[in-house]
Amino acid sequence: MVRFENVGLRYGMGPEVLRDISFSIEPQSFQFLTGPSGAGKTTLLRLILLSLRPTRGLINLFGHDVAGIEKDTLTALRRRMGVVFQDFRLLEHLTTYENVALPLRVQGREEASYRAEVVELLRWVGLGERMHVLPPVLSGGEKQRAAIARALIAQPQLLLADEPTGNVDPSLARRLLRLFVELNKTGTAIVIATHDIALMEQFDAARRLVLGEGRLYVYD
Amino acid sequence: MTDTRFDPQASSDWATAEPEAPQPALGGSQPLVPAASIAGRALVTVIAIMTFLAALTAGAAQLVAEASSGWRSSVAREVTIQIRPSPGRDIEADLAKAAALAKAAPGVADIRVYTKAESERLLEPWLGTGLNFDELPVPRVVILRLEAGNRPDFAALRKALTETVRGATLDDHRIWIDRLGVMANTLVVLGIGVTILVLAATGLAVVFATSGAMSGNREIVEVLHFVGASDDYIAREFQRHFLQLGLKGGLIGGICAIVFFLGAGALSSSFVATPGGSQIEALFGTVALGIGGFVAIGAIVAVVAGVTAVVSRVTVRRTLREIG
Ligand SMILES: Nc1ncnc2c1ncn2[C@@H]1O[C@H](COP(=O)(O)OP(=O)(O)OP(=O)(O)O)[C@@H](O)[C@H]1O
Ligand SMILES: [Mg+2]
Repeated sequence: MVRFENVGLRYGMGPEVLRDISFSIEPQSFQFLTGPSGAGKTTLLRLILLSLRPTRGLINLFGHDVAGIEKDTLTALRRRMGVVFQDFRLLEHLTTYENVALPLRVQGREEASYRAEVVELLRWVGLGERMHVLPPVLSGGEKQRAAIARALIAQPQLLLADEPTGNVDPSLARRLLRLFVELNKTGTAIVIATHDIALMEQFDAARRLVLGEGRLYVYD
Repeated sequence: MTDTRFDPQASSDWATAEPEAPQPALGGSQPLVPAASIAGRALVTVIAIMTFLAALTAGAAQLVAEASSGWRSSVAREVTIQIRPSPGRDIEADLAKAAALAKAAPGVADIRVYTKAESERLLEPWLGTGLNFDELPVPRVVILRLEAGNRPDFAALRKALTETVRGATLDDHRIWIDRLGVMANTLVVLGIGVTILVLAATGLAVVFATSGAMSGNREIVEVLHFVGASDDYIAREFQRHFLQLGLKGGLIGGICAIVFFLGAGALSSSFVATPGGSQIEALFGTVALGIGGFVAIGAIVAVVAGVTAVVSRVTVRRTLREIG
């Protein structure tokens, strides 16, 4: 569903952050994206999300070549992906509930049609009691779970998570990982960017994509 | 890819810990663009002031137009014959002759000969009271009230008058009516011009406010894009936001203007009871804004809201193209 061929990227006139990246992500696959801080994990995820365009090379998403992609197609592609940002990016003036419901709301759906679904997911990630509060009063871990819930709510085919366990204690990290594994079993392809080695060791079956010095090494 | 729906309940770690209490009503309709912001309040204030000024100008123009047309029609319905007294002249007899001539002319509905005392009173505003008018050759006047829509032949009447009564003049106020008309029209055109300028300035203020809000809310636009919102959807959200601000500002400004005119009207009608007030009313008409004026203010509010909506729509679309 995602295919990179000799992709290179530089920010402005800077050095190439990513060089000759070639890999693909299969439907229903589970992979960790890892590498030292500053290696380009977030950058790679942004390329998949189409929030960055490659300076060279070819990216194919769900069968669409991203070069010269139409805006409508872009919106449709983004609806097939869910994303958890490293810095969460919750909208501060909306409640937890409204934040999580956002992907459904922007599809033009009536609130009544998704309310139960959102409430159920919020309870499931342990935010049932916090659904009416605004993000600034949530703890780091709660924000993390809200961001994850927002990425899951529209049942995407591909989930991209940037350091989804960066702000939580090891036991919560384990539970979140179990959540991702569960989601993967129902058919969602998952990419988790992390440098948490302990986390990766808990799920040995996963592929590892390792970034180092601008290059990508794949361990199946 | 399987079609299995992701069912959170299937393997919940948290669900059991959560009490299944009934949920309070969820109001999921909080606008996506933050409603209250400093920039938003400033824009409402600017739009309110602009609307107030535009409504004031339009109302004033309306008042001038109404007053001048009232003045013109009442002045045009009256014509005066003036006869200057001179030594050895029987002014009363000459007045009677002139009055008879005028009465016979077609198109004259009614005449009234001002008595000597009445004629002197006409001069009081200019010369003051307590003057001995016996020493002054105060001109005497006959007022002719004309039939509506039937103007007499002034040239013939004037000729007959000068032949019969020495030194009698006929004044149909034509010059005054024309001048007044030109002046009033100038003021009205000026008023319309100022109103248009104010509306244009409002439009520009909205351009700045919209692009300011778009860059201030860039983070929101980005997140909306990532969760799968189309440009159309985002643009609609921002437009709704700015239409609301425009309507709010417009209504505040319009209501202030209406209150202003109602207050001025009440004040002026309380003035009419005084001698000075009746003179002002005779000159300018009442300050009471008619239905037309209120309709004009309503139209300005609607135009301001419309301008806000259209201008913000264009700006939002342009900014989205730039971001995308
Ligand atoms: N917007 C940007 N402009 C210029 N340089 C950038 C930008 N974003 C990232 N970089 C640079 O690109 C490199 C890769 O950054 P990136 O955020 O992808 O790393 P990362 O692997 O996600 O790191 P971390 O583990 O700390 O999150 C870094 O050297 C960073 O300084
Ligand atoms: Mg990163």
